[in-house]
Amino acid sequence: MKATTGKRPFALTRNRLLTIIALAAFAVLAIIANSFFDAFMLRVFNMCAIYIVLALSLNLLNGFTGLFSLGHAGFMAVGAYVCALLTMTPELKEMNYFLVPIVPWLRNITIPFLPAILIAGLASAFVGFLIGAPVLRLRDDYLAIATLGFGEIIRVLITNAQPITNGAQGLKGLPRYATTFSVWVAAGLVTLFMVLLMRSSYGRAMKAVRDDELAAEAMGINVFRVKVTSFTVSSFLAGVGGALLGHMITTIDPKMFTFMLTFNILLIVVLGGIGSISGSVISAIVVTILMEALRFLDEPMNLIFFKTEGLPGLRMVVFSILLMVMVIYRQRGLMGNKEFSWDMLQGLFVKKGRKEGDHV
Amino acid sequence: MTLSLLFQHIVNALSLGSLYALIAIGYTMVYGILRLINFAHGDVFMLGAYVAFYGITLVSLPWWAALLVSIAFTALFGIGLERVAYKPLRDSPRISIMISAIGASFLLESLAVLIFGGRPKGVPVPDVLSKVIHFGSVSMITISLIIPLFTFALLGVLVWIVNKTKTGMAMRAVSTDIEAARLMAVDVNKVVSFTFGIGSLLAAFGGIMWSFKYPQLNPLMGMMPGLKCFIAAVIGGIGSIGGAVMGGFLLGIIEIMIVAFLPTLSGYRDAFAFILLIVVLLVKPTGLLGKRQAEKV
Repeated sequence: MKATTGKRPFALTRNRLLTIIALAAFAVLAIIANSFFDAFMLRVFNMCAIYIVLALSLNLLNGFTGLFSLGHAGFMAVGAYVCALLTMTPELKEMNYFLVPIVPWLRNITIPFLPAILIAGLASAFVGFLIGAPVLRLRDDYLAIATLGFGEIIRVLITNAQPITNGAQGLKGLPRYATTFSVWVAAGLVTLFMVLLMRSSYGRAMKAVRDDELAAEAMGINVFRVKVTSFTVSSFLAGVGGALLGHMITTIDPKMFTFMLTFNILLIVVLGGIGSISGSVISAIVVTILMEALRFLDEPMNLIFFKTEGLPGLRMVVFSILLMVMVIYRQRGLMGNKEFSWDMLQGLFVKKGRKEGDHV
Repeated sequence: MTLSLLFQHIVNALSLGSLYALIAIGYTMVYGILRLINFAHGDVFMLGAYVAFYGITLVSLPWWAALLVSIAFTALFGIGLERVAYKPLRDSPRISIMISAIGASFLLESLAVLIFGGRPKGVPVPDVLSKVIHFGSVSMITISLIIPLFTFALLGVLVWIVNKTKTGMAMRAVSTDIEAARLMAVDVNKVVSFTFGIGSLLAAFGGIMWSFKYPQLNPLMGMMPGLKCFIAAVIGGIGSIGGAVMGGFLLGIIEIMIVAFLPTLSGYRDAFAFILLIVVLLVKPTGLLGKRQAEKV
């Protein structure tokens, strides 16, 4: 929905009008959601926004730069922890760190959410830069496994750095700053940023690197620098997403940021179409809602013929199968690497009309 | 640290290393032939352990029979897995096939949660394997000795298959150049199936032995060993069986020794493998025994 923001700068006013109407409709929906949805539904609604941020950040790497990275959960963890430590009040920290006291220099820091989340993103970007600079020399599978490794290392470090992160106990009772307003504004800004980035020369350079590294290099693109930039920016977004996630759930611990989380985001990116911004946005919303809607699969069911006593795990089975079927039968995902546009929507209807006409 | 304690650590390191080596071979053989990281390999390892467990507890088979049944079943399962999840994607971009592998891994894990239950299960270790034997002041459990012995025996058979038999020759041919092998009338599908069969068989054996040595099962037990063994395969030079064995032992020994000598670092135990991986990848990206491949344009 939001991905439609100014898709074609010089297009007909009709398209712009449609975009504005869609955005306004969405804003109304958000306001309605915020005031009328119950707590659970509102949470799912806001979770969609967070997953949009995360999916876009992974798509920037996997889809637009062609770097298959599996360490995303690690960067999210960095963002979530930095933001949490910056926003928690000293009393809250006192309550959380009952096993090992917190290091003194962190005890009394409390800053508002906005600067905290930006610092969290920057910290995450910095870690991404540090990791990216050596690792991005690797390719394909090796890169995937090395980033996966770094993701795990970050998690192990967080688990063990007890005076700073409170170790395996995690942090509880974070202030719930991730409101409907803040998460959707974040999602909108990130989407807009991605659209603009992909239209800029940086974005084109990234796509060139993805399509053919050698050719890109021959055209004078500094391939390594493009890769590191993409990795750093993606880490920044992942850090912001992680921070939002932490302040939404209000509890973070190292176990949250396993490979499973990366897998969920990968699922969204693949289903939406590797290399499509609007695909990621749509798929983030669909998958998040489905994930929650399919929770009934894990609960006891009363089918007409037999009763099940709750099958924990069935939901993930369904999702894994979905991912595999998608990869095997429709590799390009929902949108392929195309973007949503009003013209495309119109094209769909026109084609349909023509076909119907042929029949007559 | 006394000498006998050191000796015990060495035996432990060797048996852990053997298990890593067994699993790493599966990764390296599949990668050598299909250029695919079989992310589901660790879950095949888990499956092997579970099947043997149910063989012993539900059907009350003797442990060696359960072991054989489980190995046979898991080998067939590995072949089936390749048919369903990887074969349709053989000519697709590598990113797709890798995503399919990750999907397969999660599918197996969640199926295991669904079917076997998420709660850990205690494994009844057969008496023969849990006997404590003494050599002077050194005492150890028989399983720790049996694992390396069986591993070396299996490795011997594997090396013989790969180097001396016709199937082994076909495997080497496919791994060198899949198209050329096809032109030479090698049945590539058969070779790939065979490779998956052998890899899964070794993983199942490793899984069962693992469950006897660390007698607890859970659906995610294959995740960490799977990752570490892939790392072992990369460290040794992926595609090379000798490299996988070497990487497996190296990883097992380093892990046990660091935990033994620097207990303060034992919380970081799972990170060592990754750190080692990254160091090796940066210094010698093809692994210790890997051949340098010319880059194809």
